[in-house]
Amino acid sequence: MSMLEIEGLNVWFGTARDRVDAVKGAGFRVGEGESFGLVGESGSGKSTILRAITGLAPTWSGRIAIDGQPVAARRPKEFFKTVQMVFQDPYASLHPRHSVDQVLGETLFLHGFKDIDSRVVKLLDDVGLGQKFRFRYPHQLSGGQRQRVAIARALAPEPKLLLLDEPTSALDVSVQAEILNLLVDLRQEHNLTYLMVSHDLSVVGHMCDQLAVMKDGKIVEILDVEALRRMEATHPYAQHLLQASV
Amino acid sequence: MSMLLDIENLWVRFPTRQGIFDAVRGVSFSLGRERLGIVGESGSGKSMTGRAILSLIRPPGIVEADYIKLEGHDLLAKSEKEMQAVRGQRISMVMQDPKFSLNPVMTIGDQIIEAYRLHANASKAQAHAKSIEMLEAVSIRDPERVMRAYPHEMSGGMGQRIMIAMMLIPNPEILIADEPTSALDVSVQRQVLDIMDRLVKERGMGLIFISHDLNLVADFCDRVLIMYAGRIVEVCAADKLHEATHPYTRGLLNSLPRLDMPKDRLEVLQRDPAWSEAPSVSGRS
Repeated sequence: MSMLEIEGLNVWFGTARDRVDAVKGAGFRVGEGESFGLVGESGSGKSTILRAITGLAPTWSGRIAIDGQPVAARRPKEFFKTVQMVFQDPYASLHPRHSVDQVLGETLFLHGFKDIDSRVVKLLDDVGLGQKFRFRYPHQLSGGQRQRVAIARALAPEPKLLLLDEPTSALDVSVQAEILNLLVDLRQEHNLTYLMVSHDLSVVGHMCDQLAVMKDGKIVEILDVEALRRMEATHPYAQHLLQASV
Repeated sequence: MSMLLDIENLWVRFPTRQGIFDAVRGVSFSLGRERLGIVGESGSGKSMTGRAILSLIRPPGIVEADYIKLEGHDLLAKSEKEMQAVRGQRISMVMQDPKFSLNPVMTIGDQIIEAYRLHANASKAQAHAKSIEMLEAVSIRDPERVMRAYPHEMSGGMGQRIMIAMMLIPNPEILIADEPTSALDVSVQRQVLDIMDRLVKERGMGLIFISHDLNLVADFCDRVLIMYAGRIVEVCAADKLHEATHPYTRGLLNSLPRLDMPKDRLEVLQRDPAWSEAPSVSGRS
């Protein structure tokens, strides 16, 4: 049973003369509990795929199905209980005037949970922050701690599919290692499915079972990590990317 | 090797409500005609070191050093006006993100010409010709079109190459590059580095390359300073970086995921308070 299925996905921005086709005929599937990576250079459309799934890019055609259910133009509330996203820049994705408690509490309230207090405590423990961070504001946290809060917020509605848009590219390598370890642990504990976007092949190689290489809005190759390690990319662009990152 | 830049006991301090914060704490190093890398995490003081050399730290920030000598002349003794003649002319700096270092409401041509005429006594036509020549040197195709374009019409990689062209026109002796490629894609990164490398070699410049990317510094530079909490903890030849001995350097190297060596968990850096207490290692060659 696949958690996420995408077939013939096109995403475009603008109309007529200004139209830009950001994603052209992309298709892949991610099984339950798997981790799938999207790599490519900036402007290749990898983040746009994530945005189309969550509804942040409204102009798309094709088929997106989550857990067997096709996604409609207007997404029901249950959709956001299943799918959550973590953004690239932890400095921009948290409200600067909301404390960690408000950020998590509001999310839980909107998803209709009753035991908000105990859930906030549990979420903070899950991401390895603990109680003392509960009433802090974003400017009192480091980049890695902020990203942990963003991950806690995404985990709040107990999703099954987590979309990760370059979750560590704004962080130092030492902090990147901590966050990647946390993501690996959370995936095992909560049986999550990941769709991860990154420009760093070694990060995707560490996190994912399968990956798709994108160029100019098209998926040029889908390969598994074993093949990636053996440098067995067949498409010339994927080869080029591999060579550049070793 | 001739010494271009010599720095002894450099401190950068910022007064805060919680007392004085030391961003750089007693760093000494020298630069010859070589490629010197400075690596470290954010907050380790690597960018502040670069800025302090050009006196780009504004009050209330305080820069103190025994001396910062550029070919024997102490830069700290110079007035702001004399520093203007050093900045750009003798020492240039390329910043991290081209989006924020180019003027969005001026064409690229006008900006390069302005930068050139500020330092050289040249006519507009000469400056124009020189700008085109420089843009060609950084592998920009169709330089005539680029000269007429505005910064938002350029990609990140092109923007960074334009910055490099602009910085190199006055033919400086030292180029300080502060994370010049971290806003760029891997494939474009290579191109920009190759161009910098070629120019540095051809002109015999000294390069200070500030980066958080260990692998990049390891293959691009000659010598590397590793900074932690405002001090230099280790100095090594770049090709020997993977044999570094300091636990901080080892920790950084081990926390990188590697394609050829898969493992279930990445190693997490265990910080030892003694690292920030140990005296700074001298970065003299």
